[in-house]
Amino acid sequence: MTENDEQTALILLGCPQVPVQTSMALYLVHGLREQGIRPVVAGTPAARKLMETADPSRHYLSEMADLDDAIDAIAEKQRDFDLCFVFIHNDSGVAYAGTMAYISKARLYALLFGEHAEELAGEIEFPCEVVAAKAVHNPMPLKRRLDEVMQWAVSKR
Amino acid sequence: MGCLEALKPEIILSQSSFKEAREYIKKNVREYHEVEPGYRIFDVHIIGVPPLYVGVEGENLIFPYTKPCHGTFVVKVAGGEEIARLRAGKK
Repeated sequence: MTENDEQTALILLGCPQVPVQTSMALYLVHGLREQGIRPVVAGTPAARKLMETADPSRHYLSEMADLDDAIDAIAEKQRDFDLCFVFIHNDSGVAYAGTMAYISKARLYALLFGEHAEELAGEIEFPCEVVAAKAVHNPMPLKRRLDEVMQWAVSKR
Repeated sequence: MGCLEALKPEIILSQSSFKEAREYIKKNVREYHEVEPGYRIFDVHIIGVPPLYVGVEGENLIFPYTKPCHGTFVVKVAGGEEIARLRAGKK
């Protein structure tokens, strides 16, 4: 949250092993900006480099942060966000999302993708909006699910 | 987050799930305390889904440490003053 009441969203990126993560994260950043929500992207160094390389003129990306630094700031109550989107394709992603559910007041979205998206969704036992699709190389199944949840497509018609 | 490497950890369990790490501590460490996600040990915040356990074994702390790409590890580090803080139940 910022002083001028501009809504903010934290996007947490884990290991970029599954190809759809970078594409979907940029799509999400775009969608949030269209809604007037300021996105902050936090991730592992490799995840951030993939994003920065894909957007060299920073048409989409603005603030970027180290994943652990972002967690530290929220855990120490130095900062928080209105929305939080956690990209999850493995057990660690569930652990990070569970941590965010506990330490942050943000409305939490768990975006599950990869081969085991449905199984991982079954592991989520904390309050959040689950957006899950078996998407590895093709982002469209996850994009469709995200559109449904965020209703961007509807609001633009 | 502070670097775990600076604490010179002994790796007890590698690349497990956070649930496996939880069960390991519960079953193998006689004294353990439940902490909240984000609980700080030195400069490291613990990541995970509750319940999270931190064990005490002699002068050492045993806790789960999650890495984004490699799963959750159970590590042992010298506990120092953190042991008293843990036992006191301070955040």
